Amino acid sequence: MASNTIAGTGEKQQTLLGADELILNMGPQHPSTHGVLRVKLKLDGERVIGSECLIGYLHRGVEKIAENRTYQQFAPYVDRMDYVAAVSNGLGYCEAVEKLLMVEAPPRARVIRTILTELQRIASHLLWLGTHALDIGALTPLFYCFREREEILKIFEKYCGARLTTHAFRIGGLQYEAHDTLEKDVERFCKAFEPRIKDYEDLLTQNRIWLGRTKGVGILQAADAIALGATGPVLRASGVKWDIRKAMPYAAYDQYKFEIPVGATGDTYDRYMVRMEEMRQSRLICLQAIENIPAGPIMAKVGKVLKPPPGEVYHSIEAPKGELGYYVISDGTVQPYRVRIRPPSFVNLQSFDHMVKGHLVADVVAIIGTLDIVLGEVDR
Amino acid sequence: MEFMKQYWAPLVCGLAIVAVLPLIVGYVVLVERKIMADMQARLGPMRVGPHGLLQPIADAVKLLIKEDIIPDDADKLVFWLAPVLSVGAALLAMAGLAIGPAFQIAQDINVGILFVVGVSAMGIFGIVLGGWASNSHYSLMGALRSSAQLVSYETAAGMALVCGLLFAGTLNVTSIVEAQRNQGIWFGLLAPVALFTYLVASIAETNRAPFDLPEAESELVAGYMTEFSGFRWSLYFLAEYTNMIVVASVATTLFLGGWLRPFSETRWLNFIDFFPPLLTAVIGVYCLMRTPKQPARVQQLFMLAVAGLCFAVAAVLASPVLVPIAKPSLAAAVRPFYAGIHGGFWFIFKVSAYIYFFMWLRFTLPRYRFDQLMRLGWHFLIPLSIINVLLIGIAMIVGVYYHLNGWRLLLATLPASIMALIIALFILALDQKGEAQKAPSRAPDSYA
Repeated sequence: MASNTIAGTGEKQQTLLGADELILNMGPQHPSTHGVLRVKLKLDGERVIGSECLIGYLHRGVEKIAENRTYQQFAPYVDRMDYVAAVSNGLGYCEAVEKLLMVEAPPRARVIRTILTELQRIASHLLWLGTHALDIGALTPLFYCFREREEILKIFEKYCGARLTTHAFRIGGLQYEAHDTLEKDVERFCKAFEPRIKDYEDLLTQNRIWLGRTKGVGILQAADAIALGATGPVLRASGVKWDIRKAMPYAAYDQYKFEIPVGATGDTYDRYMVRMEEMRQSRLICLQAIENIPAGPIMAKVGKVLKPPPGEVYHSIEAPKGELGYYVISDGTVQPYRVRIRPPSFVNLQSFDHMVKGHLVADVVAIIGTLDIVLGEVDR
Repeated sequence: MEFMKQYWAPLVCGLAIVAVLPLIVGYVVLVERKIMADMQARLGPMRVGPHGLLQPIADAVKLLIKEDIIPDDADKLVFWLAPVLSVGAALLAMAGLAIGPAFQIAQDINVGILFVVGVSAMGIFGIVLGGWASNSHYSLMGALRSSAQLVSYETAAGMALVCGLLFAGTLNVTSIVEAQRNQGIWFGLLAPVALFTYLVASIAETNRAPFDLPEAESELVAGYMTEFSGFRWSLYFLAEYTNMIVVASVATTLFLGGWLRPFSETRWLNFIDFFPPLLTAVIGVYCLMRTPKQPARVQQLFMLAVAGLCFAVAAVLASPVLVPIAKPSLAAAVRPFYAGIHGGFWFIFKVSAYIYFFMWLRFTLPRYRFDQLMRLGWHFLIPLSIINVLLIGIAMIVGVYYHLNGWRLLLATLPASIMALIIALFILALDQKGEAQKAPSRAPDSYA
């Protein structure tokens, strides 16, 4: 029996027939590593006995850039981290700086922020669903998901002119007043979206192959999930009812009723079910929010030049992928002294090795998909 | 001349197949992309020619003029040989098939079906060698998966074929179809379980979704084809789609009545003969209606040409049906044309339906994992097909004993099929129970 040591753990592993292990370099150019993630897999046949994630192929030094920009100038940069959920990123940053400035966005701005952020959550989950299903071999859901995501992006485009990296919010509120048909557009989307989710579920939820590929794959126990710092749907699928929208409400979430779906076993199937239910809940939040958008100003009284008093603040929001936190230190000048970002994708990726051990190569792509990582956010 | 005919006729047919098949395959790919687009709420290729009708030709030209890359560390000779082996085996298998009573390259091979199955299975050498010669991990894993898959599913497919052969009593392709004409019923109806097993096994053998693990894009990039590019890659592609046509043809011949019309021996259903010309005429009319909507002049002309082609085919298909009605004296003269032309239509129609089913599955189902694929093969399909062969064999003995034939043979085979089905459900339930018990444990062995 050949025995080899897994890098980092010092743990001895034995291959099935005493054969040499195979080292497979998955990525950074690979169809299902969602960008430029590079995974080194140690394989026994097709079974994974060890893995190592190599990141940094998309590193742009976002945190360093922050130190050389004014507070407003840095805002568009955060859109480029999790580029499929730019609105959420912007919300987190704007609220963090508002906290530092000790101002609060007016109620109208907060409600519009909530609507757009929830739409963004649906869009992000749709993208996740499509690519996750594609990784597991179902080609068709991807196109259905993109069809719905397109509707959301159209709403964003109508609101602020951009579709992907929206820069929708400003520090202190909003730059743009909501367009006249915002409520109608959102309502039309929400009405059409309900049967569409059912379509996806018809394709996947009861499908024997889908069940076989997701049930019992990449199990993350609740204790492990907490220890590894997982947040968002990954944590909730393990059965931990933790959602920052409820725990530490921001924007206008305290005004709306919604459920936090949780899973039981923490496998890939549970994460799938949790995200599907989250889309439904986000839809409900949107419907509640458009019913009563308060009138009033959209911008709080902040100066043209932002000079927050010296101090530090940590503010986190529930981004589609998990807890997105901004730790901003001000030294009293127009530029932040330091901005540290806690990206959910990066932290969730840390549980990858834990989940993937003992599974087959085919499960590796399922697990990468279920973690819902965006490499722009992992590498920053 | 007559003496030479046995040499030049197969040669001409063979050349025709080698020359025409790539074109057919190209259009199968186009049709697949159009069907995929239809299922996925989009349009598919629309740019090259009206409705993308010239796309296959553009693709072929692109593939031919691409740079030919052989990786440095590859085994050059094997790398060169592998795709040729694959495509050679696939094309050779075509030789044993009969598209109509008259059109067969290797006329009357007495081991017909066995030849086709054997030769098409040879194509796996091309895949394994190609995967090995590429000197890449993805290719190697794709090749290993492919060979394991073929070995597992060829058994089930073979057992399913045995069921059909039991009814036919011959391996000769032409005689098998003749046997179905004499029985007046397709063997697929007599042994539906065998047809089902063959269907599943043939999807797995041709590496199509949901069994496309050897080239699973999201896992192994492109499996055994990863390092191949340009013309070599297109040879693999050609082999894959030719194999699809081959397995569809085998299923059509053995289970779906080959070139026979549905209910070919039932007189009062003769109006079905009008279906082929009507279908092509309707397609022609549709093309004609779409012509004014084409944006460019050249596209309009092309559309007209397609419509004209459809009408011409419709006319050819209609002539053997209409002539005897118009002039009963010519009925006898037209008879052989009817067999040839309509036989060809029905054969191609059935093969297309079979391939459509492949495509439908591909765009609906996720992909199996390797161990699940093996479990499905060894724990479900192989036992099912063996039990089915036994039961059908018993049914045949009963049938012979009571002199049952034709539709009355169903009296014997239907209970056999139902029993096989019940056993299949039982196996599934047992398998699921076993799965539930060890669900939280680690994933099972890959090459167990």
